[in-house]
Amino acid sequence: RGLLTRLNTPICIVCYLAAIVWFMGLAFEPFTLRTDMSENAMGSTMVLLRGASAVPRQGVRSSQKTGAVSTWLVKAMQSRGLEVFTQSFSRKLPFPDENKERYMVRGTNVYGILRAPRAPRTEALVISAPCSPGDSNNQAVGLLLALAQYFRNQVYWAKDIIFLVNEHDLMGTQAWLEAYHHTNITGMEYSPLQGRGGSIQAALSLELSSDVITSLDLILDGLNGQLPNLDLANLFYAFCQKLGVLCTIQGKLQRNDWDTAEGYTHAAQTMMLMVLKQACGRSWGDHGLFLRYHIEAASVRGINSFRHYKTDAATIGRLLEGMVRKLNNLLERLHQSYFFYLLPSLSRFVSIGCYMPAFGLLVVILLLRALDLWVHLGAPALAAVEGVTEAQQPSGPAVLTVLTPVVISHLTGVALYLLPVHLQEMAVEHFPVSETEAVVLTAVAIYTTGLALPHNTQRLLSGEGTEQGWKVLKLTALLYLAVLLGCTALINFSLGFVLAVTLVPITASMTPHMPKALSALVMVLLSPAFTILYCVFIYQELIEAPVSVSEGWMLFLSVISQGILDHALYGSLVYPLLALFIYPCWLMFWNILFWS
Amino acid sequence: LDSRLPLVIFLHALTPAAARDEFQEELVIRPLHSGDIYASFQFRTLWDTDFLQEGQKVSHYRLFPKSLGQVLSKFSVRELHISFSQGFWRTMQWGQPFIPSPPGAELWVWFHDTVSDVDGNWKELTNVLSGIFCASLNFIDLTNTVQPSASFKPLGLGNATDHRFLRYATLPREIVCTENLTPWKKLLPCGSKAGLAVLMKSEKLFHSSFHSQAVHIRPICQDEQCSSKAWELRQTLNVVFDLHTSGQGKKEWSLFKMFSRTLTEACPLASSSKVYVDITDNPELFELSPATPLLGQAVVLGDRRTYSVYDLSRAETFGQLRSFNLLLRDMLRPLLHAERYVAGFGLQTGEIHTVIYNNHPYRAFPVLLMDSVPWYLQLYIHTLTVTSKSRDNKPSYIHYQPAKDRHRPHLLEMLIQLPPHSMTEVTVQFERALLKWTEYTPDPNHGFYVGSSVVSALVPSMVAMRTNFTQDQPLFSSFVPVKEESSYFVRVYTEPLLVNLPTPDFSMPYNVICLTCTVVAVGYGSFYNLLTRTFQVDEPSPPLSKRLANLIRRIRGVPLLT
Repeated sequence: RGLLTRLNTPICIVCYLAAIVWFMGLAFEPFTLRTDMSENAMGSTMVLLRGASAVPRQGVRSSQKTGAVSTWLVKAMQSRGLEVFTQSFSRKLPFPDENKERYMVRGTNVYGILRAPRAPRTEALVISAPCSPGDSNNQAVGLLLALAQYFRNQVYWAKDIIFLVNEHDLMGTQAWLEAYHHTNITGMEYSPLQGRGGSIQAALSLELSSDVITSLDLILDGLNGQLPNLDLANLFYAFCQKLGVLCTIQGKLQRNDWDTAEGYTHAAQTMMLMVLKQACGRSWGDHGLFLRYHIEAASVRGINSFRHYKTDAATIGRLLEGMVRKLNNLLERLHQSYFFYLLPSLSRFVSIGCYMPAFGLLVVILLLRALDLWVHLGAPALAAVEGVTEAQQPSGPAVLTVLTPVVISHLTGVALYLLPVHLQEMAVEHFPVSETEAVVLTAVAIYTTGLALPHNTQRLLSGEGTEQGWKVLKLTALLYLAVLLGCTALINFSLGFVLAVTLVPITASMTPHMPKALSALVMVLLSPAFTILYCVFIYQELIEAPVSVSEGWMLFLSVISQGILDHALYGSLVYPLLALFIYPCWLMFWNILFWS
Repeated sequence: LDSRLPLVIFLHALTPAAARDEFQEELVIRPLHSGDIYASFQFRTLWDTDFLQEGQKVSHYRLFPKSLGQVLSKFSVRELHISFSQGFWRTMQWGQPFIPSPPGAELWVWFHDTVSDVDGNWKELTNVLSGIFCASLNFIDLTNTVQPSASFKPLGLGNATDHRFLRYATLPREIVCTENLTPWKKLLPCGSKAGLAVLMKSEKLFHSSFHSQAVHIRPICQDEQCSSKAWELRQTLNVVFDLHTSGQGKKEWSLFKMFSRTLTEACPLASSSKVYVDITDNPELFELSPATPLLGQAVVLGDRRTYSVYDLSRAETFGQLRSFNLLLRDMLRPLLHAERYVAGFGLQTGEIHTVIYNNHPYRAFPVLLMDSVPWYLQLYIHTLTVTSKSRDNKPSYIHYQPAKDRHRPHLLEMLIQLPPHSMTEVTVQFERALLKWTEYTPDPNHGFYVGSSVVSALVPSMVAMRTNFTQDQPLFSSFVPVKEESSYFVRVYTEPLLVNLPTPDFSMPYNVICLTCTVVAVGYGSFYNLLTRTFQVDEPSPPLSKRLANLIRRIRGVPLLT
């Protein structure tokens, strides 16, 4: 104990550095594991691929011109021998989505079910393709129909296959999934489904943006950082290898030169991209919404990166056929492989056991500091052993002095969570801004106001902040932060880690006796909002599209509006987590800095 | 055929004292609206005897299979219905089947009211039947057996209503295949050697969209006066062939294409052997070759239908029964239709939704809904709601028997009035139980099955049903006795459910067991070794250097090293 209190600061610094080094080491290939198929039913069975050939995308295009996609799709699916159903949905967004330019959304999902012969409708697979107005995903819808036609004539299906063409990308998927499971989490209005296929075992989403495809990108990050079982990624990789298709993850091809600096940087960049994408907690493809329902899902996105090597639609058809057939062979849900992992490349993964120590080292700092404080708080009490009653007397006001800042910072958090969306009309009336801008700027304003608010709170009550007062408050705040980050990291490692990297140094070292102006500046620069800003810049850097400061600022604002929208539309938890818990916690430390 | 006929007569003459028995066989082919072909075989053996009479032991069997007869008399069975199905009957596409059955295996038995230990008899009976039909019926035990109070009434003679003598069980997971078909075929008097059973080639029968085989045994009246009892054994086999996959887009079929066999003769033991082809929907649009002059009409499932009849006992039929073409027409929606699904997500709670459709334009009718849910889904019966047209629909009769953990399942029976042209939704919430680790199946992540719920109803008929009992009615229209002219009996099964329960990671205990075993083996091994080994003090000879040193020391006269 003596050692821990005496060497507390050096141990903390060592822990922090070790955590960063450990994390960066994860991308180094000798430290990672090679992926291999764990599921027996998908591993050794041979699948002979024949593939769908003709891709009827002309029909999609022409029907889009006349604006009757759903009727055309119903006919096209019916003529391929599927049971076809439609579902209409509508939703008014809390405020206009400027990225996708929509506010009042009304759409129709069309889905056809290929009934497996002699199967009792207990299990199903889903292949989906988003079909939005415009030319964007025609290729995928065409491929979907071609697959349906080919699959219909095969006899080996053991699970029903649902071909879903969803309008308005994620919103359509959300409406369909909610109707399929008869839940309503987000207040979407939809018509009930007429046909079902039992419990869905796996889903694939297909996005082919252009006619020329040079490589396929696999997208795994789902809502709230959920990931599908690693076997799904393995399956995709195995078939890409077999068919000689270039496959990427996070848009990055795999490199073989892990022992060179470039090779390592490449792997680290890929992993960082995954961490950033996972941390933001949004669904990066239609598959992301399936994960909530315990349906393993991934998106396959065709990319035209202007290479010489081109992949034709028939090869992609064969790839999908292979994947669906292997999934059809499944006897149990995918459960053999990992659910928590990071991928520095498609063939290498970092399992939860490897990356958790990096986070653990960061949280240990908080606990060590808390222990240190606890010892310091206990020491005077021990010294005054006789005056037990006297030692207990100040604990009454101490609780109150701790409680007031806690309550006030949480009320600020609640305001940050509720007000932006609810005050938008008022803001639009009084200021010359659009609704979206109003929401985002209100959020920023409340965030900034929160900094000014709680300076004097404890003085109102107890008059003078005591030395013990801030220590108790800091002890509470440290433990609170440790629990918060720990819980976050269990669900979404990346979010927990990114928050811990920025929050831990300032929170661990914060005392009221530091130079106010400098430490206030450092604290603001490492606050949750600035963390988001840095993430935006790093992300742009990693996807090789660097932005200037003003562009970055605009992106930052749109990220905030997207975060609020994701919460309202799909139930993403990052915005409430930041507003209701992380930000108030940070405010408590801000309060300590201005303790007097 | 002609050469065999005298032999049959001869056999008849030899056994004048035996009770009269009779065998009929029949095949109905019905082109479905979805473009598929529905083929339904029915074989009926009638025997004017009574197994259950006291003191009289029936030992002389002719057409009736002896294996079943012995079972009936040993276990005092009054009525026995067993079905094995692979696949789900798609009511919305195919209409009503002649005899419905749920996916998997279903068994329901009425015992004679003299039986004292019904559960014991039931247990033994399921084991015997599982041997006869090569099926896993021995998995039926008290945890999946229920006693429905209203849904399953005896179909034969006698109006026993005390449901203590009824046992009902389903095995939704049962997979039906060739090994179940062979013993089923062996129950036929001609086996698969002659008659319609020649067509039952398993390779083709199991290459279909739906396959169902059943055995129904019940007592019926011998004649219209109903003075004495006869036993009826009906064996049915229903298949739906998918023309889309096999026909390369052409809506054309023949017996040979479907079964890879043609008919050559009737079963010589059969008193009647007929093939019916349903031509109601488009009598002039398809061409049947050879054409038949015989047209029959039958009222079945509330609809008057026209059939071309081929009598196999007449020689002129065997020209060739071959290809015919037909076209599609829009179908009428089936009047009664039901489906079921699990709502919600997560592994803690869920909700079972059963949706029943009444598609009749103006008539309301009551249905009996029966649900049997395994105990590991703990139903919250207070959350039971029945809504029709978004209004609360109060069932007029509810029979609910709560489950006992590890002993018996939930049983819920309700009589619900369905308003005309409506959708009625029955929902009930449940919580998923945590099983003991030995109770999980070998593949726990596959999920656990909940058997189909059963909707039984008297559906208003569009045409008058025939209530009188005549012998020359086709078999497929005479299975369920019709009591009124204005309605007919229908039973609809919903799809079974697959529910995931919270499942531990079983590889973890496995690893622990492996590790423990290794540790125990190594630990025990060395400990045992230590205990049983006899130790001897070994006088080590000192090493050479020491001996040399001692030699020198002895010469020098200093004390020696030890």
